[in-house]
Amino acid sequence: MKRNYYKSDDLKKFKNITDWNPDLGEKFFEYYNSVFKEGTLSTREKSLIALAVSHVVQCPYCIEAYTRDGLQKGIEKSEMMEAVHVGAAIRSGASLVHGVQMMNVYDKLSM
Amino acid sequence: MVSKSLKARNSLLSSTKRQLEILSNGIFSEGGLPKFDSNLVAYELNAPRPLKLEILQVNVGYMCNQVCAHCHVDAGPDRKEMMSRETMELCLDVLKKTKVKTIDLTGGAPEMHPDFLWFVTQIRLTDVEEIIVRSNLTIIMANKKYHNLPHFFKQNKVHIISSLPFYKKNKTDSQRGDGVFNQSITALKLLNSVGYGKSNSNLHLDLVYNPSGAFLPANEKILEKEFKKALKIDFNIDFNQLFAITNLPISRFLDYLIASENYEDYMSSLVEAFNPKAVANLMCTNTLSVSWDGLLYDCDFNQMLGLKVASPISHLRNFNLGLLQERKICISQHCYGCTAGSGSSCQGTVV
Ligand code: SF4
Ligand code: SF4
Repeated sequence: MKRNYYKSDDLKKFKNITDWNPDLGEKFFEYYNSVFKEGTLSTREKSLIALAVSHVVQCPYCIEAYTRDGLQKGIEKSEMMEAVHVGAAIRSGASLVHGVQMMNVYDKLSM
Repeated sequence: MVSKSLKARNSLLSSTKRQLEILSNGIFSEGGLPKFDSNLVAYELNAPRPLKLEILQVNVGYMCNQVCAHCHVDAGPDRKEMMSRETMELCLDVLKKTKVKTIDLTGGAPEMHPDFLWFVTQIRLTDVEEIIVRSNLTIIMANKKYHNLPHFFKQNKVHIISSLPFYKKNKTDSQRGDGVFNQSITALKLLNSVGYGKSNSNLHLDLVYNPSGAFLPANEKILEKEFKKALKIDFNIDFNQLFAITNLPISRFLDYLIASENYEDYMSSLVEAFNPKAVANLMCTNTLSVSWDGLLYDCDFNQMLGLKVASPISHLRNFNLGLLQERKICISQHCYGCTAGSGSSCQGTVV
């Protein structure tokens, strides 16, 4: 039997997390839906942020959901890819900036 | 890019029977997704019934200068079906006999019909309040003989509803063909120049957005804002309203869904997005659709699926509004396209 940790159909079951804890589950979804409403930032901007973060946290469910959401909102592939690069740049930057830590430790310990 | 209609390609899907079989089996078989009628029952909703007839939508023929990938009419230059003048006269009789407020001319490209100008002028002589022409825009630029259309529309106070899949070139051309975007922009500028689409003018120019792929449209109001902003900044173009229309799984769009292996997911997303509130305002409740040969349908979609009205009155020839209003509307799984999200009709969302 082929076993996969991720199944794309599971995205549809996301709402079932409330079954085992309705209180927290419902609070989460209410919060989530409020976050994505049109606010100071447009729903379009929020969708692009979500897409970039989805890549940073490497969530296949979110990547599918926010690619679809972007298409619906008329976001173009060039914009999506730029957003992904923003996420990737922050992620690699966050790794690299720790190089300073390494340098500090190295220098401190070295004669 | 498709260059011929399914019919000219002898595709299996050019058979309406085959399309209806697909829509009623597969993912909609026992144990799969609920069929549209049983879903209405599950939501304790009545099936849509004809209310007051307000709109007569007349499809004057399936010929079109374009061959859009998503076209539910399977229109194209190779389609020869065309309404006869006698049938047009029968339409005029109906307008005179009933209190229909709006006549909505569609196709194909209705402007390609040789009697189009005559027909519109004759309609103007009736009491009908509003004449809608669904213009694909590029037809205005396609040939010199159409360049005067903006003036003709203005003279006859035609309300223009035009499809423009997106405010940028790539997405428009990928759905409707190379060069369509630039020609559409030129046509929109011409329409603006005679007074269409200006906020202080009564010459209405609305645009239709429909997704260029296997996904549902986003919020109509937000899209309208973006279209208005982009078209104004990039091209100084004005228009009145944007209608977001969901693509229904019929004809070439169904063919695309199946070929791209999106059919099941698309149908699931329509079913998941089912909005019970959309049912009360379905287009088929106030519209009748007429085909080029004078047959009557509940809507243009049913026309393309060959689902004639379930009534002894099935042709304009023996039109009887009272009897027609007693009919049951023919529904199938394509109807999920009209009830997804904020709903969808030829006038955009319905909720
Ligand atoms: S969608 Fe409209 S413009 Fe495109 S082929 Fe069909 S009828 Fe013609
Ligand atoms: S497809 Fe036609 S019959 Fe079905 S719900 Fe839509 S308008 Fe009504």
